[in-house]
Amino acid sequence: MAIDVIGLTAERAAAMLRGGECTAEELAQAYLDRIAAVDGEIHSYLHVDAERTRADARAQDAAGGDPLAGVPIAYKDLLSTRGVPTTAGSRILEGFVPIEDADVVRWGNEAGLVSLGKTNLDEFAMGSSTEHSAYGPTRNPWDPARVPGGSSGGSAAVVAAGCAPWALGTDTGGSIRQPAAFCGLVGLMPTYGSVSRFGVVAFACSLEQVGPMALTVRDAALLQQVIARDTDRDATCTGPRAPIEVPEPGRLDGVTFGVPRAELEEGVEEGVRARFDESLRIAEALGARLVDVELPHARHGLAAYYVIAPAEASANLSRFDGVRYGLRVDAPDVRAMYEATRDAGFGAEVKRRIMIGTYALSAGYHDAYYVQAQRVRTLIRRDFDAAFGDVDAILLPTAPTVAFPIGARLDDPLAMYANDIFTLPVNLAGIPALSVPNGLSEGLPTGLQIIGPAHSENLLLRLGAAFEAEHGFDPVPPAMRRAS
Amino acid sequence: MSGAWQRDGYEAVIGLEIHVQLATASKMFCGCPNRYGDEPNTNVCMVCLAHPGALPVANAEAVRQSARVGLALGCRIPDASEFSRKQYFYPDSPKAYQISQYDQPLCAEGSFHVPGEGAFTVRITRAHLEEDAAKMIHAGGDAGRIQGSAGSVVDFNRAGTPLLEIVTEPDIRSPEQARRFLTLLRATVVAIGASDCDMEKGSLRADANVSIRPIGSEEYGTKTELKNMNSFRFLERGIEAELERQLALVRAGEAVRQETLHFDPATGGLTSLRSKEEAHDYRYFPEPDLLPVTQDQDGLAALAGQLPELPVARFARLTGIGLPEATALLLATEPELAAYFDDLAARIGDPKVAANWVLGELQAHLNADGLTADASPVTPERLAGLVALVVDGTINQTSAKEVFQALVEDTAATAAAVVEERDLGQVGGADELGAIVDEVLAAHPEEVEAFRGGREQVIGFLVGQCMKASGGRADAKALQGLLRERLSA
Repeated sequence: MAIDVIGLTAERAAAMLRGGECTAEELAQAYLDRIAAVDGEIHSYLHVDAERTRADARAQDAAGGDPLAGVPIAYKDLLSTRGVPTTAGSRILEGFVPIEDADVVRWGNEAGLVSLGKTNLDEFAMGSSTEHSAYGPTRNPWDPARVPGGSSGGSAAVVAAGCAPWALGTDTGGSIRQPAAFCGLVGLMPTYGSVSRFGVVAFACSLEQVGPMALTVRDAALLQQVIARDTDRDATCTGPRAPIEVPEPGRLDGVTFGVPRAELEEGVEEGVRARFDESLRIAEALGARLVDVELPHARHGLAAYYVIAPAEASANLSRFDGVRYGLRVDAPDVRAMYEATRDAGFGAEVKRRIMIGTYALSAGYHDAYYVQAQRVRTLIRRDFDAAFGDVDAILLPTAPTVAFPIGARLDDPLAMYANDIFTLPVNLAGIPALSVPNGLSEGLPTGLQIIGPAHSENLLLRLGAAFEAEHGFDPVPPAMRRAS
Repeated sequence: MSGAWQRDGYEAVIGLEIHVQLATASKMFCGCPNRYGDEPNTNVCMVCLAHPGALPVANAEAVRQSARVGLALGCRIPDASEFSRKQYFYPDSPKAYQISQYDQPLCAEGSFHVPGEGAFTVRITRAHLEEDAAKMIHAGGDAGRIQGSAGSVVDFNRAGTPLLEIVTEPDIRSPEQARRFLTLLRATVVAIGASDCDMEKGSLRADANVSIRPIGSEEYGTKTELKNMNSFRFLERGIEAELERQLALVRAGEAVRQETLHFDPATGGLTSLRSKEEAHDYRYFPEPDLLPVTQDQDGLAALAGQLPELPVARFARLTGIGLPEATALLLATEPELAAYFDDLAARIGDPKVAANWVLGELQAHLNADGLTADASPVTPERLAGLVALVVDGTINQTSAKEVFQALVEDTAATAAAVVEERDLGQVGGADELGAIVDEVLAAHPEEVEAFRGGREQVIGFLVGQCMKASGGRADAKALQGLLRERLSA
């Protein structure tokens, strides 16, 4: 039986499996065939082991039963997978095979999800385009000349290209939401501390969370149900405050949205702005009330982020020293070995951030940079707290632009960083945000970002489902439809 | 202050940094066994090998034990403390940062009194919790050191061992005080049960910050740091050597350079490890993977109430019941010996007699057999049986030593049975002793004459002869009494 996996939601795939329309092995094979057909061009997977995937699927066919058992998934290659290479998109981890699964992967396995492989990313999740992968850029299924966004660009591209029904990404400053927006998908960045980071190769510990990337809001909710759990292996994780619910679309009567209009005045592409304004009208048509809110410190988020994230990264990446695993470049003494190994193993963007972070934490600069950035972070958190005193959720574009051409921003780090202007403050505040497709601009997807207070995932998913239903967005890129 | 090191108008100023490995079942931030002496790299996991994605989870028992030590050192235990990352690259540091504590330590501002002659008090700056590094072994180097070694290997079993670093104010004024302070501190931590504090195994390590200054000066001189002196004797000798070195420099009109030094006990020499200019910038920042450690003051009060008797209190108690200071201090700093003493003293009802036995026969046997008091086959119960036979006059001191040895060798024997079996019962009856005395006096007319002529010391010889005749079983005091009686008759 030929299964058409293009545009197939995980929810529908689960129904097919439970209804006996296909086996998990047949479904997995359909995705493996799709990967073989299109991933040569998109380059969204770093590692696929067809034999292993088929064996896992057969095991689910034999065991079966659980609601999601046998549904395939793709994992960002920042997530540790026991016995399966995990590179974090870096040469320094080439050939590294973890001895344990990340908690989220373990729970995926427990739910019966079948891994199709590991997806491409900016090296150590540092980037907004997936161009900073040591293994080459991923292309946007909507336009192969453009980036899929990043750093979870591989996870976005596999879902948009029909090479997986859904995927897990990580979000440190927008790395789930921005690629979801660029690829016409739904992406959820959960409340800090509601999903375990154990086994997630660390970039910036205080900012990052794992979250779902999917074709629909309901799929995102289903995957969030799997991964949002308490754990004893991440001291900062306490799980969700309430069980995650799968939403039904409905009206928005009684909902108040805040719109930080001052943030929208500069740097937002016209088409993106037009789509955003249209969503504001949709919100009103569905019964919601719109009020202006101010986030007076949000504009400093970019600067604060680019001190705090590199500071944490500079320490997190110190363990890649050639002593115990990964790349080692031999040299006459240990210090020279460190230097040669790290010079050969890290890409330019990673080196840039290690240097920024090391500088920001150095004696004499620590207070002026690191401590000051933490103060700004506190102010941004308070801005959001104050806003949520008046509104249920805040609306912003996910990114100020549509997907940009490959290479367009590689030589201009500040322009690259600026693409995360609307997403970074959310990570600094530790609160959740959902990106849902917001229609096309010049044939390319845009995203609507719905930001809520801590542990408001159920609210965000319900609001997202309402917008999704009104937009009636088709998440299958025309080019991908033709390729099938 | 007595016991101070003072030379040529200069005095010593010493502060200690003490690392104590906590004896918890598991490591500080992972579930690996915290065990010394296992096959290298067997007690390791993703966390203590710093694999990508590994996260630390703080060991609650290590936090509790640290708080207990802090309470025993009179520290304030703040409501909240924080872990920080201390960054440096070295193969013994798998993450290239050590999770330690920086400006918010677990224990703050304590004070520790060292009693006895020349008593002194040392303020505790702080005690903070951190993880130990892995162990580097430099193959082919001199005594495992890096100089001259062909290559190095790393054993990560030790990586992540809970480590409590106790930092003192520079209140110590002599090498001897440093040793006394560390001895009592060790006894305190051992009494609490937080660590075995075995310097040979490295579960207690001390660094010393040493400087000199003109007597009477309030300012501190430039200090040097002496690393890792691994015995009480080396600590004392190392500080002594460094004080002399600094004094020689100052006398020669040269400045002391701020540097870190290694003391070589074999040569008594000091070698520089690094100068101030080479000092690390550790780039501390709060550990984002861990939440602050919070303390509940009621819980801490309960914890303080549950502490065992500490050496300082024990010293006061033992001097209070009449033991000499030196004896009390010895017992106060040897927890196993002290427990043995308490047990024995309770059984025989005389602390002085108990102390004599514990610090005499018992300690000689423990030293000879390499045992601690709690492991001796001669339990307090068995020894009490022996002491009772001495006290009631059944046997004399000489026989008692023989019986003690028998108790060591035959763990099933009782003192009474040994005395019975070997016929060691004291020749005690006045008739029996009188006959012996008469016999000896008759055999030594010259000595008798001498005694009567005023050479009283001859009595010792005569007692010895009587003792010999009794087969060593007579009571020496009784013999002397009888002799004097007969000679003055």
